[in-house]
Parts: sequence; C-alpha cells; structure tokens
Amino acid sequence: MCQSKSCQDTPILSIDNLTIDIPTSAGTLHAVRGISLDLKRGETLCIVGESGSGKSLTSLALMGLLGKRIVPRADRMEFDGIELTTASARTMRKLRGARMAMIFQEPMTSLNPAYTIGDQLMEALTLHGGSSRKKARARAIELLEKVGITAAESRLSQYPHQLSGGLRQRVMIAMALMCEPELIIADEPTTALDVTIQAQILRLLADLQREMNMAMILITHDLGVVARVADKVAVMYAGELVETGPVKEIFAAPSHPYTRGLLRCIPLPGKTKRGSVLGTIPGIVPSLVGDVEGCTFRTRCEHAAPACRGPIPLHSSPEGTHSFRCIYKPGSLQAEAALSTGTSV
Amino acid sequence: MSQLDTPVLELRNVTKTYSVKQGLFGKPKPLTAVNDVSIKLARGEVLGLVGESGCGKSTLAKILLGLEAPSSGQVLVDGQALGGQDRLALARRIQPIFQDPYSSLNPRKNIYDIIALPLRVHSIGNEVSRQKSVREILDIVGLPARVMNSYPSQMSGGQRQRVAIARALIMKPEIVICDEPTSALDVSVQSQILNLLNELRQEFGLTYLFISHNLAVIEHLATRVAVMYLGRIVEEASVESLFDAARHPYSDALLKSVLTPEPGLGIPDTHLGMTYPNPIAPPDGCHFHPRCPSAMDLCKSQRPTPLFDAAGRIECHLFSP
Repeated sequence: MCQSKSCQDTPILSIDNLTIDIPTSAGTLHAVRGISLDLKRGETLCIVGESGSGKSLTSLALMGLLGKRIVPRADRMEFDGIELTTASARTMRKLRGARMAMIFQEPMTSLNPAYTIGDQLMEALTLHGGSSRKKARARAIELLEKVGITAAESRLSQYPHQLSGGLRQRVMIAMALMCEPELIIADEPTTALDVTIQAQILRLLADLQREMNMAMILITHDLGVVARVADKVAVMYAGELVETGPVKEIFAAPSHPYTRGLLRCIPLPGKTKRGSVLGTIPGIVPSLVGDVEGCTFRTRCEHAAPACRGPIPLHSSPEGTHSFRCIYKPGSLQAEAALSTGTSV
Repeated sequence: MSQLDTPVLELRNVTKTYSVKQGLFGKPKPLTAVNDVSIKLARGEVLGLVGESGCGKSTLAKILLGLEAPSSGQVLVDGQALGGQDRLALARRIQPIFQDPYSSLNPRKNIYDIIALPLRVHSIGNEVSRQKSVREILDIVGLPARVMNSYPSQMSGGQRQRVAIARALIMKPEIVICDEPTSALDVSVQSQILNLLNELRQEFGLTYLFISHNLAVIEHLATRVAVMYLGRIVEEASVESLFDAARHPYSDALLKSVLTPEPGLGIPDTHLGMTYPNPIAPPDGCHFHPRCPSAMDLCKSQRPTPLFDAAGRIECHLFSP
C-alpha cells in the first residue's frame, strides 16, 4: 500500500458517468444514469436514497456482481488505476474479496448455512492470499476478536444459525476484512439490527477503517447513520445522483428539493415538536422504463416548473465539493427553508 | 369507578412462558417471553413500547390481540377480562397493523376484498353498505376509490400500509396495536404514515400501543413510553420525562445509542456490549446487570422491586424504595 502524500490524494475509486440499463419485457429500465463519484483512501462516502434509487445496483456494478445480462457502461470506473468496466472476470475475481470487499445487508442470507463460520472466514484468505490453513485460522481468530466476538476460537466451528443477528453481522464484517481490502462497500449493514447494536457496529467499522486506512462506501436510507458516519454524502433519486457534498454542508444547507424534503421527513429529537405534522414527499418514484427525460423528481417536487422537463444544469460550489442538479440556482430555495423551519420548530 | 377512569386496556401481571426444546433430544426448558407485565392504557393514549429484538414486545402484542393466551395474569378490556370475551367481540375493539405490508396483505385478493373482509366476518351490513364503508375508509386513509379493484402487487409500500390501516379501522376499533408500522417503509413514506396515524388518533379518539425500535418515531408519536428488557417492563414514564431524563440505565443506554441526524457528533459509545442475554437462562438478580455500567453487588443477586411514583414506574436498585 502506498503511503506517500500524492498517493493519498489520488482517488482510489473514480467513477465517471456510470450508466446501468436493464432489459425488461416492457422495455429498457434505465436504473442508473450518469453517476460520477470520487473516493480517496480513508474516506467514507454515504449513498442515501429510497428503494429503487439504484444505490445497491451501483455498488454491485463496482464489485462486478451484476450478472451477465446487465452490462454497466461508464466513461471511467477505475479502482486504483484498474478500469473495472473492461476488466476480465479473472481480474475481477482477484480484486473481489481481496482488495475490495462487500458487506451485505442480510447476514443470514449471505452466509452459507452449510459451512462453519471458520470455513467461510478462511476461504477468502486461502483463495486470495495463498495462505496456509493454519495462518488463515490465526487471522480469522484475530479478526473475530477485533470485531468484538468473545470465545473467537470456539466460534470458528459454529454454523451461522447458531449465532444471533448481531454476531452474524460482525462475522460478515470480519469476513470482509480478512484480506485487508482497500475499499469496503457496506450495503445497509445495520438496518436489520437494534439501535444498541447498530451504534456499536458502526463504531467498529469506523475504527477499523481508520486503522487500516480503507475507503468505505456505506449505503443506507437512515439519515442518522449518514450524519454520524459520512465524510461525503451522495443523494440518489430514481437512478440519478441529485446532490453530493461534504456531510456538514448537506445537512446544514441541503440544496436539491429532494434532499431538503428528506430532511424534513424525519422527526429531529429536541427540534421537531412532539406530535406535530412531519414533512412529506407526496407521490411515488416514477417508472424508469423507456425514455427518461429532465428531472425525475419533478413529479413529486413542490417547485416543479416546465423547465424541469428539459436538460437540468449541474451547480457546483466554487471548491467543487458540493454539487447538485436542479433548474434552481444555489440559494434560491433558502427563503422557503427559513419558512418551513419556522413552522415545525 | 366511572367510565373515564377505567383503562381501555389493562394488563395485570401477565406472564407468557414458552417451552423450548434445545437440540433433538434436549429437555424442554421454559422461556419466559413476557414476565409479570402490568400496563394500563387510558383512552386516547399512545403507549410506545421499546426494547431490543427478543425482549418480548411482539409476544406482548400477540397476547393483546388474543393470538396467544397468557400463561398467567389477566388482560382486561374496559375492565372486563379478555378470557371471558369471544374472539369476534375482541376483534371489534382491538385491531393490529403489522410491520410488513408486503406479507400482511393477501396477494390473491383485491383491495376491496381485503378491506371488507372484517365486515363480512362479522356479518355487518350488506354488499351495498360494505361498498360504502370501504369507500369512506379509503378516503380517510388517503387512497382513491379506484384502488378497490387493484391488487396489493400493484401498489407501493406506502399505499399497502394505508390499506392495512384501512382494514384495521373499518371495524371502528378503540385500540390499535401498531407493530413497527413504518420500519419497512422509505423515509419519505414513513412520515406520511406517521402523520396519518396521528390524524386518525385525534379524529377517532383511538388508543395506540405503538411498538417500534425507532426511538425518534416513538418520541414523536407516543404520550407514554414503556421500556422492555428480557420480558420485563423496566421503566415506564411519560414521553417527556423518559426522553428528557431517563432513569433506568438501560433506557439511558437505548437513548444514547440513537443516531440523530446531526453531523459531527460521531458515533456514541454506550458500553452496553453487544451480547443480549440468553432468555432461556436469564442472569440472576437484575436481568440487566451484566450490561449495566452502574451495576452494584446487590444487582447480581437480588431482583429489584418496582417503584411506582409520580413519574411512572421504575425497576432498578438505584431507585429502590
């Protein structure tokens, strides 16, 4: 791993204009359209969005797990200089699990019920690292201890069904870390867990990430998780990136109407009056089958105008870190924000 | 006692014990899912029930719905024992809204049939009056009348949950048991459903038992909160006093682990440890002592007795009388 300053600054992951089309019987489903992202080592990017926004598809495309029928297209999708769209299956196999790893949402369905925890943990290392079983075993025990599992050695011979949900999720994390990946993608890693366990799993991930200087993509719809974990936030709606920026700016000055709407939907402890009416985003996500034009949020947007059907400009902050896609210029919706917080507080 | 003072729903020392077999030849062991729980719900109240998975929240809901009989103790509706009422009479008064609107609606039935089923079961009205009732209730939950001929698969998650709410309300129940009604929904839809539940409560004077692990939702909707741990209610208080000054160390830890959407605060460290105790062999003394930051020697051996005071109920040696 390169530790020099210049290497730290070049993104480990760089996506430019990623598009995923899925052929269906009703026509082409434009599931992901024109996504561009950069991620450096040690950084955490949270992708937020509702079901069907394409956040999981994006991560599967990165891992090369979309299957044969769906071919992602991109101007660039590089992981540490390796172009992923043209990489061979062999190259992808070498990257997956070794240099980039994924933690899935549901640990019960992503662990194999017929193999012991130990077998599944060690597989990654014997396969990629060419380590002996003895070494792999030692590493597995080390990592299980690191993720806070007591009696790690005896756990190795247990099967997934013998562990609780929280433990299984920690096994998933340990498994993803076996080969010290440089990029880790976690798809809703704590959604199925209790709040008490969620906080601890997230702490653990953040600590391990700092220690190993990994880049992390965390996919979630929980804005509380985003606020506490992310360095950068990418908000997705109906297959598009509508807003990206540093976490503090996204929460302090959300610019896209969808981001603003989302933040109004959640009760803020201590701020939202108990029992008051919460903000909503009426309507449903539009179908992405067939031609998709203009801003897809216009059907649910309170500020929708005829211009929303046309090409939508991208506004970027002077430093280029915060950007959003909307016909309204930055700041032009702020007056409305002041008004809405005035009523909800 | 006047009508107003009688709680609409009351649990008196309700205990539910299951017998769990461990392994093929294992001897069955008792698992106390609900342990000596007493709660009262006054008309128009929203009691939030919180706790980790496996603490007995859902068993409690099943007992309230009459789907499970308590091993001991009593469930009283309007002061009458539940055992004495038949299932049909009970269903007119208590209705559930479940977590997952994808599995709680029959996919082979259209929306009209789903919502009108309770009316049919109770032989209320004729086909014409049922049509009218369904139209009315659809309007109340904010769905257009045309969805009557749709099937659940043609609807979004939020619409399905509205159907589930319509089905629960068509019998005009007094008490609605909401078991995680918004946790399967997207953020933007979640707030719509919460607003709707709140509106309906005010309009029809409904009483809710609201089970959720989302504490922000509980804080927003509930008037009182009961915190459950390993089958026992360890603290019960008004929403204000619980969220402003929780007394039980477990309630405190739960509240601390909530991730509020405030960037820069980092991830809280609750010192709780991740291991939820085995309910078949619960720890001696106070069930919470192995995870409790303020555990004393006394907590390891002796179970705390509940203290009832102006703020509510608390079961902890720190607050022993």
